[in-house]
Amino acid sequence: MHSILKTSLAALVAAGVATTASADGHGLSGELRIISDMSNPAPRAVMEKLAADFDAMHDDLTVDLTIVDREAWKTQIRNALGANPPDVVNWYAATRMTPYVDAGLFMDISDLWEDPAMEGLASTKGAMTLDGKQWGVPYTYYQWGVYYRKDIFEELGLAEPATWEEELANCQVIIDSGRKCYTIGSKFLWTAGGWFDYINSRTNGYDFHIQLANGEVEWTDDRVRQTFANWRQLIDMGAFIDDHQSYSWQEAMPFMVDGEATAYLMGNFSVAAFRDGGLTDDQLDFYQFPTINPDVAPAEDAPTDTFHIASGAQNVDAAKAFLLYVTSPEVQSEINGGDALGQLPVNAAASVSDDKFIQEGFEMLSNNASGGIMQFFDRDFPAEMASVGMEGLQEFMVFPDNLDDILARLEEARQRIYQ
Amino acid sequence: MSSATTNGARAERGWYKRNEIAITPWLFLAPAMLFFAVYVIIPIGQSFWISFHQWDGLGEATWVGTANYERLLGIGEQNMDRKFEVSFWNNLKWLVLYLLAIPMGLFISLFLNQTVTGIRLYKSLFFFPFVISQVVVGLVFSWFYLPNNGLFDQIVGLVGIDIKGGMLGNPNTATYGIIAAGLWPQTAYCMILYLTGLNAVDPEQVEAARLDGAKGRKMLWYVILPQLKPATFIAFVVTIIGALRSFDLISVMTNGGPFGSTRVLSFFMFEESLSEFGFRMGYGAAIAVVLFFIMLFFIVYFLWSMYQDEKGGR
Repeated sequence: MHSILKTSLAALVAAGVATTASADGHGLSGELRIISDMSNPAPRAVMEKLAADFDAMHDDLTVDLTIVDREAWKTQIRNALGANPPDVVNWYAATRMTPYVDAGLFMDISDLWEDPAMEGLASTKGAMTLDGKQWGVPYTYYQWGVYYRKDIFEELGLAEPATWEEELANCQVIIDSGRKCYTIGSKFLWTAGGWFDYINSRTNGYDFHIQLANGEVEWTDDRVRQTFANWRQLIDMGAFIDDHQSYSWQEAMPFMVDGEATAYLMGNFSVAAFRDGGLTDDQLDFYQFPTINPDVAPAEDAPTDTFHIASGAQNVDAAKAFLLYVTSPEVQSEINGGDALGQLPVNAAASVSDDKFIQEGFEMLSNNASGGIMQFFDRDFPAEMASVGMEGLQEFMVFPDNLDDILARLEEARQRIYQ
Repeated sequence: MSSATTNGARAERGWYKRNEIAITPWLFLAPAMLFFAVYVIIPIGQSFWISFHQWDGLGEATWVGTANYERLLGIGEQNMDRKFEVSFWNNLKWLVLYLLAIPMGLFISLFLNQTVTGIRLYKSLFFFPFVISQVVVGLVFSWFYLPNNGLFDQIVGLVGIDIKGGMLGNPNTATYGIIAAGLWPQTAYCMILYLTGLNAVDPEQVEAARLDGAKGRKMLWYVILPQLKPATFIAFVVTIIGALRSFDLISVMTNGGPFGSTRVLSFFMFEESLSEFGFRMGYGAAIAVVLFFIMLFFIVYFLWSMYQDEKGGR
């Protein structure tokens, strides 16, 4: 059935979504209920179009789409999956799936991953795998890295740093010019998690980072301390803006737009906000986080957003067909385009938007992330460890002298959480 | 229905008619009792039950006995949960400092208790902060406290005080900053309670006191305040309850931060069990039970003192 589905789907998409004459052949009928967290304006339009197109392709099928606020969904998903669950829901990859997989609320869709149409998604399979099975499909991902003010770098005669020494030297020049090297808003903690991901994986390598995430390494380990020592070099020289614990990531943005800080370690979603803030592509540029330890291969943060089928889904056939539809190369090219999500497609056969930052990110993740792909601190670490951990990271950034106390606390939490 | 009425008519008096006096109050109480049981009493019992389990809110719950309480209070070899310690002390700070709303409300109400043109407008303006949502109050104050650009920072900057990290970014000042924000609407609430109380002050007693030469502070302390006792009691009750359920302001202004220094028990409970990263229903329930007993202490006191009043009134 899947092969029929696949070929006719491909034919359909190729022929233009509107011609639905042959859609009856799939035997998809009834109602497909989707709850999505794509509530920001651009993603919302994408999701609504996806649902409408899929609906139009199948005469007997009605797609019932509910869009929930993205932040609210992080807590509402528990209730939504409990009683009378929808067929398809949005969530995040990696360890973040664990509570729902363990509770049997996500459907095992390993069979779907054996479909030949899924070959293009092989690179993301690991992030969707827990206990040797696949629990959902990705639909978009984006790179992290350093977004910086190119015009200020040129004014100061700086080049993109490739090594930690260059990074520190650059930063000294920036500070001497009366600016800060990095803006950051750590009020909601996760931004500090990004810094830890990068410094730790650059210092100790991807494998060590994942071992730490899995609770196999002590937080008081000397290698972890080395990570913090490297981080502290930046903190001690005053590289970060003051009072960052009072700002959200958006509130920290004006510092860079106004030129008081020159760079921001962020996800690619920040580009839209920079452009809204008035920075042109001549002023804004991107570089990969510099190498710290030359012996480890670079790993990159590239969080993946996903679709899952609820284990209590009523219309499993339609749900699976929808996941195949979303991940097909044509749809992937379309929804990740510069005028839609503006992110990276998960299907290798899809085309990448020609936006400068998406291209750079794609290039970096394809050719220069041999260490591995991290999902992000709060998705790789179990929920509780992430929450305790990020709080400690924020405290470290404000009071680096408290490090021993922080690490002891995190170690205590590790021993309790992973037992 | 029809057979019932014929039966009733045949019997001398129906069963309901015979017991009407005894039953009717219960009939009227029944809906309230039912909902109170379903939404208050039973959930309290469930909280106790859950607090003896380890449960992520999704799968199966495992019985762990009092392990959650031992961890929370640090019984046995482990230390007391530091988050709990911080939350508990913050709750105490809230309880004590929030009571400032009562004298402040009294002062404003005395000030506003006069007849000049437009006094109603002034009263409503003073009452305004209580009408707007706590979330809005929180947002306004967090802008007020912003480091560098915030009005507060500039004012204290004039007298040479520089709070490192801003009022809400500094773990030593953040809780006080939030309490000050909470006092704004709470003072308005106490003010309105006292204003209504002042309306009921007996003018004859004031007159008599004046003839005896009482003035100013003495008049307030010995004549006015005793008559405001009911208003003071209510103000005390709502302020204590307001302090214990301080959640929205913390959530909006600091989200428990910086580094968890502004948590209170209710926020801690939410964070552990219901927030984005919270999957410890059992632990959250244990915190809820502790909070419940703290509240119970006050509730018993209130009930007891109301009972004493009733007895005295009879």
